[in-house]
Amino acid sequence: MTKYTDQGKNDTRSGYGAGMTELGRTNPNVVALCADLVGSLKIQTFIDENPDRFFQIGIAEANMMGIAAGLTIGGKIPFTGTFANFSTGRVYDQIRQSIAYSGKNVKICASHAGVTLGEDGATHQILEDIGLMKMLPGMVVINPCDYNQTKAATIAIADYEGPVYLRFGRPKVANFTPVDQKFEIGKAVLLSEGTDVTIVATGHLVWESLLAAEALEQQGISAEVINIHTIKPLDAEAVLKSVQKTGCVVTAEEHNYLGGLGESISRVLATQYPAPQEFVATNDTFGESGTPDQLMEKYGLNNKAVVKAVLKVLERK
Amino acid sequence: MSTQKIAITFEANKSDSYNMPELSKLQDLVSQTRRDILRMVHKVNSGHPGGSLGCTEFFVALYHELMELKDGFDMDGNGEDLFFLSNGHISPVYYSVLSRRGYFPVEELNTFRLIDSRLQGHPTTHEGLPGIRIASGSLGQGMSVAIGAALAKKLNNDDHLIYSLHGDGELQEGQNWEAIMYAAGNKVDNLISTIDVNGKQIDGATDDVLPLGDLKAKFEAFGWDVLEISEGNNLEAILTGMNEAKSRTGKGKPVCVLLQTMMGNGVDFMMHTHAWHGKAPNDEQLENALSQNAETLGDY
Repeated sequence: MTKYTDQGKNDTRSGYGAGMTELGRTNPNVVALCADLVGSLKIQTFIDENPDRFFQIGIAEANMMGIAAGLTIGGKIPFTGTFANFSTGRVYDQIRQSIAYSGKNVKICASHAGVTLGEDGATHQILEDIGLMKMLPGMVVINPCDYNQTKAATIAIADYEGPVYLRFGRPKVANFTPVDQKFEIGKAVLLSEGTDVTIVATGHLVWESLLAAEALEQQGISAEVINIHTIKPLDAEAVLKSVQKTGCVVTAEEHNYLGGLGESISRVLATQYPAPQEFVATNDTFGESGTPDQLMEKYGLNNKAVVKAVLKVLERK
Repeated sequence: MSTQKIAITFEANKSDSYNMPELSKLQDLVSQTRRDILRMVHKVNSGHPGGSLGCTEFFVALYHELMELKDGFDMDGNGEDLFFLSNGHISPVYYSVLSRRGYFPVEELNTFRLIDSRLQGHPTTHEGLPGIRIASGSLGQGMSVAIGAALAKKLNNDDHLIYSLHGDGELQEGQNWEAIMYAAGNKVDNLISTIDVNGKQIDGATDDVLPLGDLKAKFEAFGWDVLEISEGNNLEAILTGMNEAKSRTGKGKPVCVLLQTMMGNGVDFMMHTHAWHGKAPNDEQLENALSQNAETLGDY
């Protein structure tokens, strides 16, 4: 299989911050909004360099979404920033009416998604956001896997006209995709070719899936690993091409199995190429306090869980 | 035009420089707009005539006298004043006034709430209706949007104004108070937010459903410049009051206008009740209501 090297652990939210810094320098229409979480979203450099294009909204996420919608009227490209929980569930109707239905060019950028937010616990750990956002007509949903890819995605979505949900996280994780990569919205990335099983992963689970593929190789199992950074629109063609070759699939995400990437893949397979599928995802549950590693272990979201799911799906081929 | 005394609770001498326009033309528009509203909701037996009729004079004054508008329509609205309707259920008055201002053919009012129409039950950008810049109807969101548009104007060095309209009952939605706090704290002083104070909402009087308290004191406590127009169905009072509001923009504070209106204004049996908030007249009631409002500019 193709080997990847961790260039040094980093957090995806810092990738967002770096992307915003670059956008601040290159795109005068980009404006940033934040609901009292500047430090967490890593956008201080953007603010320092573009004070007139930053809006500190305070702890008022509903107002932030509405203001972002309004800023598009006049040609601005607003990037809102807060935790994933407060970027979605808390303000769903504001997003639905003022942004999605109104077709506004707002980039909803959400940090601290999933259980890897860690010690703050379930009040802040949303595991439903992908489902919430992908259900909104016209909403693009992106969950990049590492620092480099998050930076590239941040820059790329500024050039896309329409509402986007960009989901990233808190912990420092392996940074293994190319520096200054070209990010293509809606285009799956084939990371490693294989013949026995397709592993389709998003976000933090992509690296875990690569680790799982290495472990499986030791057992003589050839896994194909696909990074689906864009959950909507889904690159169904890439998934079908792979599953037609391997005959089964494991989906992996830091999200509830209800409403997540896995269900999007299930629909593609059910309507076009029925094949066995196993889900690495949370099982209709809330999270809890703990370290990111402890939580990924407890909720079955690490490379060991991926290996287990692969062995299970292979039995069903 | 009514000759009754106009009660305006601010110092009227500040508006001495304003030359009152010929009111008969606006009054004709008001009468015709009322007919449009009544006929639209009657045809589909649904919609919200009460609040629409209560705000007819305000909309006519806004679009035919107060706002500086470009010809045609583009979404960004650079170089012109913009208006946002937050209480989207009064779409009939909005559609009528937009069409008679030339944004789209008045014949299209025939399609209100029908399948495949651009005139949805609540206003939306989704079908591309010229004049509409945001969907509204789920209440409490319009002031935030208006603030965003006002901030964009400032970034673009565009000195035109943002107007918004909100129901009084709508202020029960908490997002408004986030927006009210933000606008004052950030000196969004190119914004005039008008509250339609008709004292009524679907379930009855606002005082019975959830009292709003002293709105003037509340807005002022949040840091807004507030003025009241106590005769919100009197064109002259509206024009004088709104011009006063315009003169108060650019001074470091957002401006709030408390516009006291009569729900159902212009149709005697629709006034002094909340019954016509979201109910259409039947054939007989329509005939009666139309007989009270002359066809001045031709029905659509």
